[in-house]
Amino acid sequence: MTAQYHVVGESLERTDGVAHVTGRTLYTADLAFPGMLHLKVVRSPLHHALIRGVDLSAAERVPGFVRALTHADVPHNVYTILGLIGVEPEEEFVLPVDRVRYKGEPIVAILAETEAAAYEAVGKVQLDLEELPAVFDMDEALAPGAPIVTHWGNNTFMYEGHPCRRVRYGDVEAGFAQADHILEGEYRTSPIEHAPLETTGCIAVPEAGRFTVYTNTQAVYFSLDNTSIILGLQPNRLRFIGGTVGGGFGGKVDVIVEPLATLGAMRTGRPVRYVYNRQEEMQVSSTRSAETIRIKDGVMADGTIVARKVTGLADCGAYSRQTPYAITKFAANATGPYRIPNVWVDAYCVYTNRTPTSAMRGFGVTMGHFAIEVQMDKIAERCGIDPWTVRFRNAHRNGDVKPHRKVTSDATLIETMQAAARLVGHGLPPELAAMTSAPRTEWEGER
Amino acid sequence: MASVVVAFELGGRPVEVLVSPLATLQQVLRTQLGHTSVKDGCRQGGCGSCTVLLDGEPVLSCLLPVEDVAGRRVTTLEDLTPVDGLTTVQRAFLDANGFQCGYCTPGMELVTKALLERNPAPTRADIAEALSGNVCRCTGYVPIIAAVEAAAAAGSAAAVVASEGATR
Repeated sequence: MTAQYHVVGESLERTDGVAHVTGRTLYTADLAFPGMLHLKVVRSPLHHALIRGVDLSAAERVPGFVRALTHADVPHNVYTILGLIGVEPEEEFVLPVDRVRYKGEPIVAILAETEAAAYEAVGKVQLDLEELPAVFDMDEALAPGAPIVTHWGNNTFMYEGHPCRRVRYGDVEAGFAQADHILEGEYRTSPIEHAPLETTGCIAVPEAGRFTVYTNTQAVYFSLDNTSIILGLQPNRLRFIGGTVGGGFGGKVDVIVEPLATLGAMRTGRPVRYVYNRQEEMQVSSTRSAETIRIKDGVMADGTIVARKVTGLADCGAYSRQTPYAITKFAANATGPYRIPNVWVDAYCVYTNRTPTSAMRGFGVTMGHFAIEVQMDKIAERCGIDPWTVRFRNAHRNGDVKPHRKVTSDATLIETMQAAARLVGHGLPPELAAMTSAPRTEWEGER
Repeated sequence: MASVVVAFELGGRPVEVLVSPLATLQQVLRTQLGHTSVKDGCRQGGCGSCTVLLDGEPVLSCLLPVEDVAGRRVTTLEDLTPVDGLTTVQRAFLDANGFQCGYCTPGMELVTKALLERNPAPTRADIAEALSGNVCRCTGYVPIIAAVEAAAAAGSAAAVVASEGATR
């Protein structure tokens, strides 16, 4: 039986293991090319401002300065990363024309012979900015009279004409009327930086008729396709080489460095290196979004949840990047792994003048589960029931319909909790030990 | 300020390099001498990925002006890796999966080598203390500590074999 398997049940050496332990793995920033230029950007010192002028004259006199790139150099200057899967509208500027929306937004790129010359020239660019009122709190951003961050007149991402992603399933008010207990909770999470040990970066190398881009992106085709759109180049003129990432965790799925570096290579005919320093990685690269999650549950005396109403707010910062997709995932998972027959969800992607947010490890779902599991413990406490029992009683079983109308066919929560109980030496009562994820009987299904 | 020539020993060989004022050992090793196992994670002494051995002791090459190593002995992972096979420490990291993305691994291994040379049988607390200047964002450190323990065990086994051989 085991003889026919070569992988299952075996501990295999990683194909990149020897290179990693000998230090021979080449990461993007380890590469260098003859004539390579260094790209650094001038960043907004203000959270929200009008750009009245940019004076490059002192920067141009720095020895080693080669040229600057401004918004006028970018063929298609406004984009949205998720445009490739039909998300609209295009909203983020590669280099903004007249307004910056977050502190650290790039305004001008400098190309220089050395990294030191690039930094020196960046420091000599004079910005004339007119500060605008900024908003950093989601509830304030949604209130009337708030400073507007987007170019379409309100501070929410629009889902098919609605200011939020909505889920409507059953009759949530009827569920509350039927419930023995009502439990409300508000949960807040902070933005989190991925802090990969290797910072985000790429090197764009011009070759005959095309550009080879060495990048540590986690999403090489997202990067190639967005760069193609931004630079107005056919995709077959771009060759992206990725695959070795020195830590990503979702922080390297945005498309930020490749378009500018490739544009620099187009304009100078020379290889261009654009690698974030640690400060940029921590302060400017996307974070996980902060969320505020408000939950109202209707619960029967035995711990069964019969209704849930959720309002979720996710702070996407000044540009939404992958956060609209995270919100959709949040809305789809607002009941967690539990069966709830009446559900109402409004999930907002809210714009503020904070650093843009994007993907990070289970984005949307992770923060939702923090709120849901704390709520489960509160339900157990209110009903005077063991927290394990509350979770077993509400667990999805095969055949249960989820609020977004998917029928559960791969439920494993009950078996997973049984295994977890064994591992921690927690004895389960016979009622729970005997449960399975098999479809509910007719009688169970009526609850 | 004019560039200067700095001479030191790298992996047992003498090197002379023409360096800009205040160039760091990290920059010179990576960009002028091709030792890219010396990584570039923060340039502020915060992550340990640029660790090299200076006269056998681990130091942060990103904080060290290269003029300060004149006449001294610098060792990187390039200098330790055998032509064929792996060192005891490298083998232990590979077998224990003491890495994921690999970016912190050269620094971790050099710190481990220095630790085992001065303390061949470290406790877990000794290991945690030795690795405390080296950040790993992937593993949560548990497999790295296991790798160091395995390297210590393999090293003492080798020492026993060697001393038995000497007795015979």
